Amino acid sequence: MEYLELFFKSIFIDNMVFSVFLGMCSYLAVSKKVSTAVGLGAAVIFVLAITVPLNWWIDQYLLQPGALVWLGPEYEDYDLGFLSFIMFIATIATMVQLVEIVVEKFSPALYNSLGIFLPLIAVNCAILGGSLFMQSREIPTLGLALTYGVGSGIGWFLAIIAIAAIREKIRYSNVPAPLRGLGITFILTGLMAIGFMSFGGMLTGGEEEESAATSIEKTEQAIQVDHNEEALDKEKELEENTTALNQ
Amino acid sequence: MALLSKKDAKLITDPLADNNPITIQVLGICSALAITAELNASLVMAVSVIFVLGVGNVVISLMRNIIPSKIRIIVQLIVVAFLVIIVDLVLKAFAYELSKTLSVFIGLIITNCIIMGRFEAFALANGPWRAFLDGVGNALGYGVILIIVGFFRELLGSGTLFGIPVLGDPIAKTGLYAFGYENNGFMIMPPMALIVVGLIIWVQRSKNEALIEEN
Repeated sequence: MEYLELFFKSIFIDNMVFSVFLGMCSYLAVSKKVSTAVGLGAAVIFVLAITVPLNWWIDQYLLQPGALVWLGPEYEDYDLGFLSFIMFIATIATMVQLVEIVVEKFSPALYNSLGIFLPLIAVNCAILGGSLFMQSREIPTLGLALTYGVGSGIGWFLAIIAIAAIREKIRYSNVPAPLRGLGITFILTGLMAIGFMSFGGMLTGGEEEESAATSIEKTEQAIQVDHNEEALDKEKELEENTTALNQ
Repeated sequence: MALLSKKDAKLITDPLADNNPITIQVLGICSALAITAELNASLVMAVSVIFVLGVGNVVISLMRNIIPSKIRIIVQLIVVAFLVIIVDLVLKAFAYELSKTLSVFIGLIITNCIIMGRFEAFALANGPWRAFLDGVGNALGYGVILIIVGFFRELLGSGTLFGIPVLGDPIAKTGLYAFGYENNGFMIMPPMALIVVGLIIWVQRSKNEALIEEN
């Protein structure tokens, strides 16, 4: 159940493209044709499914505060968290290179369809973002990390296929000249993101929604809470004033 | 004596408008949009990118003759990751609240396409001083868009700028709110960032028709 929940949440609610804007560069650059979009999307799923669990493992056993305790009790106080950026990106870059070599050797057909996209993916924000969100959301087990990686990949895949299909059709529409190409793609993505927001209610229950909210939304809530508190304070003052008047 | 020759000055001014990294080159959108709900965060992000790209371009440019071309991507990633760790630690030390708001997006500067794009396109082929100017110019062009988007989203979404209320108090109904004005909470939502950038592109391209794309 937990797995299913995380899976759907990472596809629809926390969609890589529509809710956190990850992988936008390749999303915009490679979405002119559906067939290339499918290739890149598949490569992203593939690489996320490998790097997220791998980086989860590195985070658990090397980077977290106290993670080195398996080396011996004297390593308990070590916190290598500041190294996580460099470790994650190094893992991703080497894994992408390795995957490229392995795929080329064992499945030339797959290599021909994914091949050109694999080097692009090392610098795709969606991949590093997957690992960083995995770390900041403190996903507890390896299985869940794998689910999260695959789910986010599928979410990204859906997004790029949808926009590629729309862009193929929109060529026949009369778009205002200055909006053509990039401009209309931005606005379309915005509208699709509004559509995807409706998935927010899919997992009913307040706590889940709150945990799904990104940290930015949390600060917004905090701001609203501040306002509420101010309002409360003012009400209190009013009450005090009226009681004072009555006396 | 002019500090910058004409050619060098062009390196800085070009990316601000006609060759803007976000609206024209389509680079660096990834980490840019999610943090523009507040002007504060946009400004910090812009300054971080200016630092990382300026220094990174110089480092890569100095090393351009000793990096084997086969592993240059990994070398570039390590240089950026190193600089980003510095930014991250500085933010955590001096602006902890803000670094919580930016969360993973500081880390995502590493894979910001502007950085790799400028390394590949410029720093690998030019000397350190020119690379520095190019880096700062492009990062400024990126920052300008970030600040414009942040300005509109914070102003229309929460009625504040840098967290200071400028349109009056929405609860006490002062200022603009006395006339029935309401904050548009939708502006803070992620999708609006995309639409605001789309509109900026629209405005820019209607002013300069040379930039209009073929269908």
